Amino acid sequence: MSMNRSIKVSVTLLMAVAMLAAAGPWLSPHDYITTNFDRLLASPSLFDMHLFGTDDLGRDLFVRTMLGVRVTLVVAIVASLVSLIIGVAYGAIAGFVGGRVDAAMMRFVDTLYALPFIFFVILLMVAFERNFFLIFVAIGAINWLDMARIVRGQTLSLREREFVEAARLTGVSTLRIIFRHIAPNLIGIVVVYVTLTIPQAILVESFLSFLGLGVQEPQTSLGALVNVGVTQMEGAPWILLIPAALLALILLCFNFLGDGLRDHFDARHAE
Amino acid sequence: MLRYTLLRILGAIPTLLLVIALAFLMVHAAPGGPFDDERVLPADVEANIAAAYHLDDPLPKQFARYLGGLLKGDLGPSYRYRDYTVAELIGSAFPLSLKLGAMAMALALIVGVTAGTEAALHQGSRIDRVVMGFSMTGISIPVFVIAPVLVLLFAVKLQWLPAGWSGASGMGRYVLPVITLALPQVAYIARLTRASMIDVLGRDFIRTARAQGLGTRTVVRVHALKPAMLPVLSYLGPAIAAILTGSVVVEEIFGIPGLGQFFVRGALNRDYTLVLGIVVFYATLIISLNLLVDILYGAIDPRVRYR
Repeated sequence: MSMNRSIKVSVTLLMAVAMLAAAGPWLSPHDYITTNFDRLLASPSLFDMHLFGTDDLGRDLFVRTMLGVRVTLVVAIVASLVSLIIGVAYGAIAGFVGGRVDAAMMRFVDTLYALPFIFFVILLMVAFERNFFLIFVAIGAINWLDMARIVRGQTLSLREREFVEAARLTGVSTLRIIFRHIAPNLIGIVVVYVTLTIPQAILVESFLSFLGLGVQEPQTSLGALVNVGVTQMEGAPWILLIPAALLALILLCFNFLGDGLRDHFDARHAE
Repeated sequence: MLRYTLLRILGAIPTLLLVIALAFLMVHAAPGGPFDDERVLPADVEANIAAAYHLDDPLPKQFARYLGGLLKGDLGPSYRYRDYTVAELIGSAFPLSLKLGAMAMALALIVGVTAGTEAALHQGSRIDRVVMGFSMTGISIPVFVIAPVLVLLFAVKLQWLPAGWSGASGMGRYVLPVITLALPQVAYIARLTRASMIDVLGRDFIRTARAQGLGTRTVVRVHALKPAMLPVLSYLGPAIAAILTGSVVVEEIFGIPGLGQFFVRGALNRDYTLVLGIVVFYATLIISLNLLVDILYGAIDPRVRYR
């Protein structure tokens, strides 16, 4: 019961944040890039519509924060889709083929689990110019491991069911069985784990942007905004606190949502 | 046990090689060279620089040279900190990071296990809800948000603790960085401990111990704690990796001259050898520690040795 409530609350809050991020910049009289040197580090006020104040260059923080939310959400969702595709394909193949191939593939996943991925991502960002596309791929490429494990486990049990046996006996090819008969039965659990992957992707993206290695100026993301806030926190703490609170809120909502969905799914699964 | 240990050590070597090769290739696949600048150098000067750093050799030869150097503990010269080798820089910065990391890990284990056990013993009570709520928050909120908020609260507003590293002295300056590093791990460990403690407390041997008239505390300490710690033990590897990652941010925010700060500076300066060296160093450290955890696991739980 309370889990249902936490799902509802999380979804409502996330929708509200997303809608604000989508509509906010459009409603505000300011844009994200114009500097106003008469209004440096202004505190939040309704008077000139700087709802979240301005930053050290006099740019409107409401619009920049909403832009940051957009970037954060888009990066996280696209990166999660990348990890979804890799994870489901890898897990389904390992689970369906089974035997020695499965053992080798899962051993590889175990090996990767032990690696400090974030450092590789940073290395990647140093080696290549910090472009947007690379951020998606890099974050997606490090988050597929859990998905692969879960999907493999499900596939292993699905493989033994009668309808798969029937498909095999009627001569359906392996690939077709995986995509037509196994994959649709994985959707429930995959949705749950994508919800849990999104906050992880947000963490990585905002971590990189915080260090100055992710989204680059004049574009921004919540991590980059927190970074600016840290430099100004003694005189103008709202510059830190607003994006920090939004980031925390988004992460908490996704985690509660994922947990709630998982409990819901497991309960039904146990019946 | 010996066979298991040897197998684990042998299994770690290809992982390590793979990591080094991957990191090496990434750096060398980068477009442009490490000495490219806005100032265009004469062609013969460029050739001389390339020759001095062996950048004109074919890639396999450069990799072999790098591996050979690694075996001797030589990670090459830093491209930005002139007159320093990467090994010297790591050697000077790592002890401080190690100290912070070890303190955070110890704190996380003590607080996390205690809180998780209490929550498990009082399942559904207010203590349980507080621990789980805190745990969810700790897992969700990133280190780079926790750190500045703690600084704002305890250093800027209340002025109980120093905000930065330089200018402060004594143990006070360790408090905020260590707490920041430990918090997410406290949250994870508390969750893990709670779940596995609830599982263990429902087993038959615990019922037997209770039936013998032992008190709850004794049952937990003597019988339940060790089996309940197995999931926590296997989480130690990821926890160490997370603390290393966190130290990058924490050292940046608090201005601590540790390895994480060198790493970020190196990344922003495009100091290829330094960044490569630190990645190889971190990876080696994490793989060795994971190996240690694996072996320890085998020693505690004989079942895994025969899987």
